[in-house]
Amino acid sequence: MTTVLQDPPAPLPDDTPLVADRPATRRRVGFGIATIVLGLITLVAFGLGSESGLDATFVFSRASDAVQIPDLTIPARWTGIVLGLVIIAGGILLALGVLGDRIYLVFGVALALFIVALLAWAARGADVSIIGLLDGTLFRATPLALGAFAGLLCERAGVVNIAIEGMLLTAAFVAALTASAADNTWVGLGGGIAAGALLGAFLGVLSIKYQVDQIIGGTVINIFALGITSYLGARVLSEYPDLNQPGAFRAFGIPGLERLPLVGPLLFDNTIYVFLMFALVVGLWWALFRTRWGLRVRAVGEHPRAADTVGINVLRTRYRSVMLGGAIAGLGGTWFTLDATGSFNENMTAGKGFIALAALIFGRWHPVGAFVAALVFAFSEELQTRLALLDTPIPSDFLLMTPYIVTIIVVAGLVGRSRAPAADGEPYVVE
Amino acid sequence: MSTATVDATGPASDGGTNTGVGARLAALANGLIIPVLALLTALVVGGLVIVFSDPDTLDEWGSFFGDPLGALEASWDIVYDSYRALWNSSLGSSRGLSRTLVEATPLALAGLSVAFAFRAGLFNIGAAGQIVIGATCAGWVGFTFDLPTAVHLPLAVLAGFAGGAAWGGIAGVLKARTGAHEVITTIMLNYISYRLLDYALRSDAFQPAGRDDLISKPVADSARLPEVSFGEITVHAGVFVALVAAVGVWYLLERTTVGFSLRSVGANPNAARYAGMSVAAMYVLAMLLAGGLAGLAGTMNILGRPSFSLTGGYYSFIGFDAIAVALLGRANPGGVLGAAFLFGVLRAGSTGMQAATSTPVDIIVVIQALIILFVAAPALVRSIYRIKAGRGTSQNFTTSWGA
Repeated sequence: MTTVLQDPPAPLPDDTPLVADRPATRRRVGFGIATIVLGLITLVAFGLGSESGLDATFVFSRASDAVQIPDLTIPARWTGIVLGLVIIAGGILLALGVLGDRIYLVFGVALALFIVALLAWAARGADVSIIGLLDGTLFRATPLALGAFAGLLCERAGVVNIAIEGMLLTAAFVAALTASAADNTWVGLGGGIAAGALLGAFLGVLSIKYQVDQIIGGTVINIFALGITSYLGARVLSEYPDLNQPGAFRAFGIPGLERLPLVGPLLFDNTIYVFLMFALVVGLWWALFRTRWGLRVRAVGEHPRAADTVGINVLRTRYRSVMLGGAIAGLGGTWFTLDATGSFNENMTAGKGFIALAALIFGRWHPVGAFVAALVFAFSEELQTRLALLDTPIPSDFLLMTPYIVTIIVVAGLVGRSRAPAADGEPYVVE
Repeated sequence: MSTATVDATGPASDGGTNTGVGARLAALANGLIIPVLALLTALVVGGLVIVFSDPDTLDEWGSFFGDPLGALEASWDIVYDSYRALWNSSLGSSRGLSRTLVEATPLALAGLSVAFAFRAGLFNIGAAGQIVIGATCAGWVGFTFDLPTAVHLPLAVLAGFAGGAAWGGIAGVLKARTGAHEVITTIMLNYISYRLLDYALRSDAFQPAGRDDLISKPVADSARLPEVSFGEITVHAGVFVALVAAVGVWYLLERTTVGFSLRSVGANPNAARYAGMSVAAMYVLAMLLAGGLAGLAGTMNILGRPSFSLTGGYYSFIGFDAIAVALLGRANPGGVLGAAFLFGVLRAGSTGMQAATSTPVDIIVVIQALIILFVAAPALVRSIYRIKAGRGTSQNFTTSWGA
């Protein structure tokens, strides 16, 4: 197949964005006004509009924890009023320019205070478990972060991976099948990782060897994964239910560290997935930005021709990155069957792979950024389920929307333009 | 940063140096042979999946050495029966053909939506959400008002288009004004639209009196799409809307100045800006129209198909298919129509197949993925069938990824 690829065009000299950035002042005033509105909502909805005399209790420890932190009980109405006024003051100062250019910091703090006031209001006359909220956030962040890391490795090497969803789903299915057959969750973990790596290799063959457009290749994998897992689920798993009982990993604590107050039960008493997620954030950051291997991967994603010129094997580097990425996505996929639910259901990933893709872009193609983005998504998901349990008068459908609305606001306002690796999505032809 | 364009109109138009008659014939044959072989290969692989997942057939294979012919015969039988049932309930009967066309209509419109955005360099993953909002708006107009058909039907269709356009336009404006990536915003807008639909379906404005499940009132007779018959084939008028939309999209893209600007922005936004085109305006326009087309897809479904009610799982009916149709159709209006028809055949046939042979409908999703795979990777098909490399076209949808 002859391709009509020309030489890669020289990078444009000017790096000005295609869509004009808003001037700094307008941006600052805009965020100031947004902050003031947030404060007014807090003041009116959670403060003045709330019943007086009710206390909200924030719980920081579980009964089983080694060190008990006393509960924090605060008057709900006054919390709303005070925090509302603080946020409004912050917004005014931001708009007037007193706080300088610390737009993100001010808006972030305002958002955090807003959430505290919201929780106090929702839990008025009752209590809300902060430790449970944070623990749930870590739990839900796992597949998102692992999926985002998978995309990160592929895209840093210049291969767009929109197949994260398909990789997660396939790995979830394979993990359920192999773990059930071997009666061992570790076999399932290995099976899922292998399935992910295999799909990564497939994406690599399509996009590197056959130079299929990478979005098409990814879409093929997504559709195929959905089709084959649904088909085999209906045909095989429902006929032989024994093959869909993989069991689940248990949480375990790290001796010593798990006894620390708050962070012990939160960070050091988890299933293997959370620990692996932590390890991968640090490991990927170090590998990508502090090793020769990482420099090569990034060079291949930014300027493959230059990388080739200095003797880096572009295609091999891409194959390896895509397969490694697939393996990480596979690991994330096994979470669905070996941690979250303990069995495979049709289309059980339900778009989590696309949220992971969003986390990757939101996190600006950086391991730490992607991890933080995954935490933000996971927190809003967890918050929404907790609020639904607390029986607030907000219709549950709107609560369910909040993570997505927050994402849009954050992506549009705070992050704005995020830049992909320069050669992301472009096939490379060795000359 | 574009190394290739989405302008691939097929191998025949690949302006090479050798334009002799023989070369043209070879190019034409090459252009037809790949899709045909792709379809064939996909059906063969699909057949293998059917064989090796059917418990009874697998039992036969278990005793292969005792009775090799039995295993082969059982395998042939189940594949033959499955595909015959698929054929009979899609192309093989006039009822099937009617269903195929009706199934293909929303696929074509949603595929046009994704294809149109592709041409402007945008990846619209949000067709699903735009469909939901379009169908919700059209449905609401359809069951809330009591008007003569001449007013009611156009009003409902317009509402569906406007709803989808507004939903897509949000992503376009965000992209143009803040640079927010359309992949993120359209995915998020999808989820928001599903929740909005659920909320609407619980409200008194939508829910029929006495029901508390997620369903809306049925669309009034005056807002339903009229049925059209050709001999034994009966389809609703939405089929023609899809055809007109395809022609409209083609004309806009290929024959107007705006279309040229859109394609220029899609091919290379830096060059387009340098040439004085407003990249931001094109992004907004592209997402408005793409959203409107997807909104029409939802509209044709709610106004044209029996039940005429919105339900809770309304969004799941199209899923990835819009993207797949656009890709298979190479982002060309004509190609999208063909791809939508093919997917319509598979959709219409699959339910008949499941009823006749208990082969789960999900097998068609596998076959769809395989078809896209083989069409997208002609080199793969050539290596399977040992066809010499012909003139291929390369296409690249990912130019907008980092822009």
